[in-house]
Amino acid sequence: MNKKLIVIFVGLFCCVSGYGANKKNSIQIKGSDTMVNLGQSWAEKYMEKNPGDFVAVTGGGSGTGISSLISSTCDVAMSSRNIKEKEIALAKQKGVNPNEIKVALDGLAVVVHPANPVDKLTVEQLAAIFTGKITNWKDVGGKDLKIVLLSREVNSGTHVYFKEHVLRKNDPSRTDEFASSALLLPSSQAIADEVAGNTGAIGYYGMGYISPKQKPVSVAKDAQAPYIGPTIENVIKGAYPISRPLFLYTNGSPSGITQKFVEYVLSEDGQKIVLETDFVPVTPGFSKKNLPDGAVR
Amino acid sequence: MRKLKEFIIEKLIFISGIASIFFVVLIFLFLLKEGLALFKICPPLQFIFGKSWYPISDPPQLGILPLIFGSVLVTVGAAVISIPIGVACAVFIAEVAPKKSKEFLKAGIELLAAIPSVVLGFIGMVTLVPWVKQVFHLPTGLTALSGSIMLAFMAMPTIVSIAEDALYSVPKMYKEAAFALGATHWQTIYRVILPAASSGILAAVMLGIGRVIGETMAVMMITGNAAVIPQSILQPVRTLTATIAAEMGEVVSGSEHYFALFAIGIVLFIISFAINVTADLFLHRKPK
Repeated sequence: MNKKLIVIFVGLFCCVSGYGANKKNSIQIKGSDTMVNLGQSWAEKYMEKNPGDFVAVTGGGSGTGISSLISSTCDVAMSSRNIKEKEIALAKQKGVNPNEIKVALDGLAVVVHPANPVDKLTVEQLAAIFTGKITNWKDVGGKDLKIVLLSREVNSGTHVYFKEHVLRKNDPSRTDEFASSALLLPSSQAIADEVAGNTGAIGYYGMGYISPKQKPVSVAKDAQAPYIGPTIENVIKGAYPISRPLFLYTNGSPSGITQKFVEYVLSEDGQKIVLETDFVPVTPGFSKKNLPDGAVR
Repeated sequence: MRKLKEFIIEKLIFISGIASIFFVVLIFLFLLKEGLALFKICPPLQFIFGKSWYPISDPPQLGILPLIFGSVLVTVGAAVISIPIGVACAVFIAEVAPKKSKEFLKAGIELLAAIPSVVLGFIGMVTLVPWVKQVFHLPTGLTALSGSIMLAFMAMPTIVSIAEDALYSVPKMYKEAAFALGATHWQTIYRVILPAASSGILAAVMLGIGRVIGETMAVMMITGNAAVIPQSILQPVRTLTATIAAEMGEVVSGSEHYFALFAIGIVLFIISFAINVTADLFLHRKPK
């Protein structure tokens, strides 16, 4: 009686451990919410081309991706910001060697409600608005209406990027913070929904989330510079002031199926998907004309 | 063989019996170990009374006063809404409602408890939030009030079912005696039954509040999560629970931010422990 039980337990145990070991032809990708749709499309097309391989993509935020790369619970981390010194040090401690691959560019759109008359702002004004120095739309040429600040949660690469490059204007010695009255929403979609329904709201997110329900604001580097809208052309030209690189991080240089996947991402097909999901390809010389008609949403 | 079997089964039952206590102790020890590490870097008073929460800045500012205020405000709001309605509902079910509708009502309220909180949060986000914004002419509907209303729905089933049990277990002769003295139905409820069941009702209220303060998903979705000390219930707030849930994904284990989230866990643990103990005291207090 007891022997039988032991046999069953041993059997079960073998099954469970065997399941864990069998991951040679599957990879786990985790990280940036901005890149989740992009990663998903890459994975789908990649699996179509390489039947038998399995690629799983989940979001959670850039920080989430990088911390799971460090704790070895994913093979590839997607990140919309550079890895931090602290994170590299921690990774080295745990025997992980983060390897950075630039895979796309993204323009960060600043959006307001379509009924808001304000359609252009300087980076200086944006910083003043998001740090809480300007609290009324009338100070930047709009109606007499309180500004409602919308931001992503602190686990978002978009949050960190916006803080470092807009609020602190690329100056690491500055200590500007988001106003504590800023609403921290859990996803880009939540920001998009709130902006669509609130005439006083201003928010920011990756270009891919722009829809007719929100109005993207044109942004100028300073008061003398021209106002530039967040379009794919402007990001490729480097004219739009708030654009950023998107990365994949692997442990050491990629090998096996991870290498195959990264190569696919950087291939012409992979970069075409970048354009189709409203991001901007990194490969030089690749532009919209490489796409068949109607492929761009 | 039989003896062995007996022995094994006896021990298995014993182990299952102490397992839950063992796990609680383990969880608490882990929480203490990780959370107290913060106080080597950041003094406890500065942690609890600090007014700004910027955990990912360098150096991080880890003051949870706005978060404590946020949690307390949402909880008090929810209590003010759910206690009168919940107790009244329990009285109606236990004393007034005819037998048929009684069963129906009880089933309905238990069904309310079965709705996952993320679903309630989602419903709140698309229906309640725009409504609150419109009715109070606010810049945004993501406020403490929205959270309170939604959480009141979540506390109600707990309050109603426990309070109803307490009312039901009031000995029947109390009621008969009151009627015999010529009291009306309302006088009986108000003067005799409610006081007799008061300890059970208080326990119900405490458990309902315990449910509210620990709730995470719904509040994260509809209170706006701005870490600012609220001036009124019509402002966005950030609660202790939502902070842990929202930031847990980002933290690098071993960082100050990581320890701070565990320290918030300790604060929450202490609060809900205090509430549960109070509820227990009320529940076991013999009516005099």
